Amino acid sequence: METLEQIRARLLLAYPAAQITFVTNPGPAAEHSLLIEATHAVEIARWLRDDTALRLDYCSNATGVDWPDKTITDVTTTTEPDPAGGPAKTVETKTARLQPGYLEAIYHLYSIALKQGPVVIRLRTANRTDAVTLPSLTPIWRSCDFQEREIFDLYGIIFTGHPDLRRLLMWDEFKDHPMRKDYVEPDDYEWEPTAHGAVLERAKPHQSAAAAPAPKTGGTP
Amino acid sequence: MNPFTPSAPAPFASAPGPTVRAVHDEFHGDLLEVSMGPQHPSTHGVFRMVATLDGEQLVKLKPVFGYLHRNHEKIAENTTYLGSMPYTDRLDYLCSMSTNWAYALAVEKLAGQAVPERAQYLRIIMAELTRLVNHSCLVGFLFNDLGTSFTPLLYAFREREKIIDLFEALSGSRMMCNYQRFGGCRVDPTPEWLAAAQQLVDNFPRFLDEYERMLTGNEIMLARTQGVGRLDATHAINAGITGPVLRASGVDYDLRKVDAYGFYAQFDFRVPLGAHGDTYDRYMMRILEMRESVKILQQAFKRLPAGPIMDPKAKLRGFRPKAGEAYGRLEGPKGELGFFLISDGSPNPYRYRVRPPSLINLTLLEEMCLGHTIADAVVILGSIDIVLGEVDR
Repeated sequence: METLEQIRARLLLAYPAAQITFVTNPGPAAEHSLLIEATHAVEIARWLRDDTALRLDYCSNATGVDWPDKTITDVTTTTEPDPAGGPAKTVETKTARLQPGYLEAIYHLYSIALKQGPVVIRLRTANRTDAVTLPSLTPIWRSCDFQEREIFDLYGIIFTGHPDLRRLLMWDEFKDHPMRKDYVEPDDYEWEPTAHGAVLERAKPHQSAAAAPAPKTGGTP
Repeated sequence: MNPFTPSAPAPFASAPGPTVRAVHDEFHGDLLEVSMGPQHPSTHGVFRMVATLDGEQLVKLKPVFGYLHRNHEKIAENTTYLGSMPYTDRLDYLCSMSTNWAYALAVEKLAGQAVPERAQYLRIIMAELTRLVNHSCLVGFLFNDLGTSFTPLLYAFREREKIIDLFEALSGSRMMCNYQRFGGCRVDPTPEWLAAAQQLVDNFPRFLDEYERMLTGNEIMLARTQGVGRLDATHAINAGITGPVLRASGVDYDLRKVDAYGFYAQFDFRVPLGAHGDTYDRYMMRILEMRESVKILQQAFKRLPAGPIMDPKAKLRGFRPKAGEAYGRLEGPKGELGFFLISDGSPNPYRYRVRPPSLINLTLLEEMCLGHTIADAVVILGSIDIVLGEVDR
């Protein structure tokens, strides 16, 4: 199979307007990946699937990753001459800058026809809060159907063009996205989304205030 | 509305099986919505299908997941690499040995860890024994779903029990084996264990012959499974279906041959392929794969080398792989089982993802079932072979 650089070069020939970045994997596995800009993702995915030399007809794995905001401290060293004429002083100035976080969807593509792969592609959202849409690749590979629903459920990436984007594992009324790194666990795991609270509320007018047990007031031993 | 682009293989243009409605044209009344599961024995756990019925025929079927969801991935991200090894047993609780191996494979790829030769052979032995366990369970349960009420299942369980007794003797646990480690295996089998395992494997074809003599040509079985739940190769590939279900549709894709992970390249075995992609082919795939597994096992016992079972450089404590990512996959009994890991250099994985074959194989369940009766949907689901521990994670 071609190397990822060759694939990237051919992709840039086919889509000169697209931004395709080579992402290095520093680990021993050395499975590098291509970061694809969201606007061209569907066309590029279709090209990867239909190209005769690649024929990546099988999307094995689709998954989300959360990269929260990071504070990066830049240290700049400057040398200041001593006004008294002594040796020059080195001064370290630390500036903190915020690297905005993003959500990422990673797809592992293989070819069953040519028995080759993987080609790893990544899509990134603009941020983690309001711009969390990515194009869905389910129209290209049907295997992304449940997996993108799961990413939507657990990470909160909204896939536009997905035929049936609902929560997959959590219940529909659930509000948060539990796989995010800043997810706060509930105090009470036993809570269930039943109408229990509403039923108690409706029952209240039927209960006399005298019959209700008096609220405990602590204090007297 | 077809959400799929014309160049992509569209979902089935016409539903397989008899055309819905045409049969009942003069009589059709209201459609009936039936919620099957989560507490239903034929859904193999806590799987739920919301089926819309026209008479007895399915016109819509929506799977509902999550009843066994415990966010396995989040738990694994909050513990060490080795700490989630026993927890992978609970994914596919019928095949803990191969699930362990898949996880170990991914971590070894992430950390660049070598595995000694004896451990590779032991892994193959365990994985193929697991395949026998899984497939014999599956064919037993498939007959249960067909309505034979337990007798074939007990024949299958008799053999399965012998294998998991061996697992218990080796690892201390029948089903939750926790056997693999990064860079090898946990315990070395004794010569007595190996002799007992070899005897079991030598006797296994006799069980298969007996089983097939009773059931494969059975008239009711043929009537209920042939031509039911057809799945064609193009759609199966596009939907990411893997394992015996994919091969029943005639696609030659077995990771033991394609990736040749472990030492599979040195083994002589064939990959059985189906021709029709129906429930019957999926059943036969399991039977034929068991026969091939027996061949692999016999070769492995013959050639099992002496030597260490752990790589001396392997670290159990303070294991911190370098920053990077890796996707490791293997041919589990249910399909392609993959683990995707991202390391940031800390003792916990930054991202831990399981690629569950059981979940993704259900992608085309609706298309396979449409037009068939609800009783056939149960059989089709049984032939896909799911485990809910892995579907819901």
